[in-house]
Amino acid sequence: MNKDVKVIRVKNLYKKFGDFTANDNLSFEVSKGEIFGFLGANGAGKTTAIKILCGLSYPSSGEISVAGFDVYKERELLKRNIGYMSQKFSLYEDLTVYENIRFYGGIYGMTKQEIDTKTNGLLDQLDLQHSRNKRISSLPLGWKQKLAFSVAIFHNPEIVFLDEPTGGVDPVTRRQFWDLIYEASRAGITIFVTTHYMDEAEYCDRVSIMVDGRVEALDTPTKLKEQFNALDMDQVFLSLARKAKNVE
Amino acid sequence: MDAGIQIDNLSKSYDDVHALKNINLDIKAGELFGIIGPDGAGKTTLFRLLATLLLPDSGKLRLCETDVVDQYKVIRNLLGYMPGKFSLYQDLSVIENLEFFARVFNTRIADNMDMIHDIWVQIEPFKDRLAGKLSGGMKQKLALCCALIHQPKVLLLDEPTTGVDAVSRNEFWQMLKGLKSKGITIVVATPYMDEANMCERVALIQEGEILQVNSPAEIVDQFGKDLYAIKSDDNYQSLLDLREFDHTESVFLFGQSLHYTDVRNDFLIDEIEDYLKNKGRLQLEIEKIKPGIEDCFMALSVKSDQHE
Repeated sequence: MNKDVKVIRVKNLYKKFGDFTANDNLSFEVSKGEIFGFLGANGAGKTTAIKILCGLSYPSSGEISVAGFDVYKERELLKRNIGYMSQKFSLYEDLTVYENIRFYGGIYGMTKQEIDTKTNGLLDQLDLQHSRNKRISSLPLGWKQKLAFSVAIFHNPEIVFLDEPTGGVDPVTRRQFWDLIYEASRAGITIFVTTHYMDEAEYCDRVSIMVDGRVEALDTPTKLKEQFNALDMDQVFLSLARKAKNVE
Repeated sequence: MDAGIQIDNLSKSYDDVHALKNINLDIKAGELFGIIGPDGAGKTTLFRLLATLLLPDSGKLRLCETDVVDQYKVIRNLLGYMPGKFSLYQDLSVIENLEFFARVFNTRIADNMDMIHDIWVQIEPFKDRLAGKLSGGMKQKLALCCALIHQPKVLLLDEPTTGVDAVSRNEFWQMLKGLKSKGITIVVATPYMDEANMCERVALIQEGEILQVNSPAEIVDQFGKDLYAIKSDDNYQSLLDLREFDHTESVFLFGQSLHYTDVRNDFLIDEIEDYLKNKGRLQLEIEKIKPGIEDCFMALSVKSDQHE
């Protein structure tokens, strides 16, 4: 992690829908290569904030830059410099492994030659060379998730947003997934991740916890546990989230 | 009538995918029973078979002393089923949904209020809201009320807590404990290993096979190996280094520490500590710990992979 380089800067972010404030004065920074856990109960405002950071939705007010690009004026550049993956949407089921890689590489402006060169390396690394021409729908969930992550960082983005990437995955595969996250982080890619698994909160360099649209806690897992006098992150999360008013 | 469930040699395939491979399971009347496993393990197939929505390829299924295939109409009155996907009518209001399900089962809400009362009071303030406009937690409570309105003997809940945050998950399990006290047999599927401890007994399931059936305490007792938690200034680097260590049997990231088992039965902790110190790790803490369900699940699933 390089603490001198900030790849996400959020200052006084507000997002209002009518008289409902989904994001209420968020301010935080994320460093290059940091694994940043973005936690909160359902309805706390995480998805709203992620959409803004990915350039898909305008904030109501605030100064926000991602990968050095302004979320108001430089959305297209911003989108080219981030990756995104979620459990709900990742790869096209009716395209093959190679077609998916080709498609995403193309979307992010890579040339066919670049894509082909990198594809072989990727398939070797994931041990998926034998499935190159298989449709995504025929792969086990664990492989899909690993491939989806690799595709999300295929164009070597500054940041990758992972929205509950490991939901429903078996415990061994879930850990293999975190191996990929650590590798990417060591290669300098910033990881912005949401999860409902509190053990995964422990794997993050820093964790923020949102309650009712505000960031109520932000620190390393160790310091949060000290601050809330808790044995693990589960207890930290519960003691904060129980205070929430916007409970779903 | 005994509200238990007996499953004998049950198999189900979809084309060349073997979703369930010769499953045997005996769930007792009044039990709170967990089916614990990842996506693709076969949990939903098992629930659909029990709910008379699918036919088995082979094997026997009995519920409340009644054959699930031959007497499916009887079975449908005996069980309440909450599918994993929200399946109520989004364009009916909360109260309309509940009335609908009551009428389908030829009964009235008022006659069954004692059964759903504790859950109903939490959603009653929103009774005129469209079901589609409810938040996740409220939908879940309404679905539970609708599954209970005909006073079933057996309740099947397919992943009721998936995608739900830790606070709501906790509340949901408290509701189930309340229902259990009314004598209903409850079968719950979940991918969250930590929820096993909320059940009296659990079946650990992966790739269509049951790895083990037992009480959570006994599953943990049968782990059979000494387990160590290892903390340091850089857990990920320790993980990479321990994978190269000669005596490692298994090593996994586990929250704030690593969980480690050794191939040897007799060894000194100091040896591991020295190894990691030589690799440059600081602030090392190594202690023997009690395994959890997730440790057991991983150990069992690795073993079952090696058999294949």
